[in-house]
Amino acid sequence: MSTYKVLVVEDSPTMRQLIVFALKRIRGLSIVEASDGVDGLKKLSIEKFDLIFTDINMPIMDGLKLVSLVRNDPGYKSVPIVIITTEGAHEDRERALALGANEYITKPIQTTKIIDSAKRLLNLAG
Amino acid sequence: MSETMDDKGTVKKAEEFLQVFKKGAEFTQELLRENERLRYQILQVEAGKGEGGLSGEAEEEIRRLRQRIEELEAEKLKILDRIKRVEEENHDFANRYVEVETENNNLANLYIASYQLHSTLDFKEVLQIIMEIVINLIGAEEFAVMLLDDKSNSLQAVASEGIETQDVPIISIGDGIIGQMAKTGENYFIEDMENYMRDLHHPIVCIPLKIKEHVIGVIVIYKLLVQKKRFAEVDYELFTLLAGHAATAIFSSKLYSESERKLSTIQGFLDLLTK
Repeated sequence: MSTYKVLVVEDSPTMRQLIVFALKRIRGLSIVEASDGVDGLKKLSIEKFDLIFTDINMPIMDGLKLVSLVRNDPGYKSVPIVIITTEGAHEDRERALALGANEYITKPIQTTKIIDSAKRLLNLAG
Repeated sequence: MSETMDDKGTVKKAEEFLQVFKKGAEFTQELLRENERLRYQILQVEAGKGEGGLSGEAEEEIRRLRQRIEELEAEKLKILDRIKRVEEENHDFANRYVEVETENNNLANLYIASYQLHSTLDFKEVLQIIMEIVINLIGAEEFAVMLLDDKSNSLQAVASEGIETQDVPIISIGDGIIGQMAKTGENYFIEDMENYMRDLHHPIVCIPLKIKEHVIGVIVIYKLLVQKKRFAEVDYELFTLLAGHAATAIFSSKLYSESERKLSTIQGFLDLLTK
């Protein structure tokens, strides 16, 4: 079974653990955690990832800045990005999608949505 | 002579007539027989028509086939009925699977939340984790954590989100919804959420932080995230379970801070004596 690498960028340890715990339900995923946008970029420069989950509101570098930087990197141009945020307004969603995010999930966290998104974007059956 | 000749002619004619008559009679008889035979055939055909016009063997085969058809029809109905029941069972199993999955997810989330709450003995950190849980798991936008001051017997906000902590009123035990919930230890969920106007004395949710039956504070929510229009079924139970863990974590961290403070005082005193 092939292993996909997923990066979870989230400043709240509780939230990060909730996302990681949800993703661990999918077999064949290797998950790396980052505590903010800068930490996320650092990890993206070290190894290649197949999927990125990120929050928007984070210290040092927010999720939207991270999305635009990732999209401008030729190596990560086509890597799917999922945003998980408390920002539920329509314009926030539009902005994130316009910057290059593939999916936009709002909190409160719903495990099934995270699992479904990951499976869909990694083309995993079932 | 001519008389004899006339007689002979007459006899000959009579014989001829007789012959013709005999032939006519024979022909008539033959016609009658033929008629009788045809009538018999008609009768047979008519009788045969009523029975399908087939022989006994064929009739038996048809009867057997009809019986088989009936048996197969009955079997088909049974199979269809079984399929229907299997489909219903399948549907029930699918529903049950979704329910189990949801329960599993909720339990996993609850486990992580409680694990996080009990991962530290630092009071401020515990409060921060409570805030994160209320935002990320419950979906609240404006809320406060209020703790009971045993001396003044009143509740005071120690942390808040979306509103200034100092703006949250100090509530005496027994006063209003918040005071009542703190007194009785019961959960409060507003019934008419749609027409709610923010009132700091009257939240949409008030959950007591209880250790066994002892209330140490409350979590009050004034606004849910815009995408969270109403309470989910699981919220009512989840709230109570989380509040229980939050209360224990707050209580433990307070005790620890107190003991640390005492230890530090004693250490300072000992240092004074020994140095």
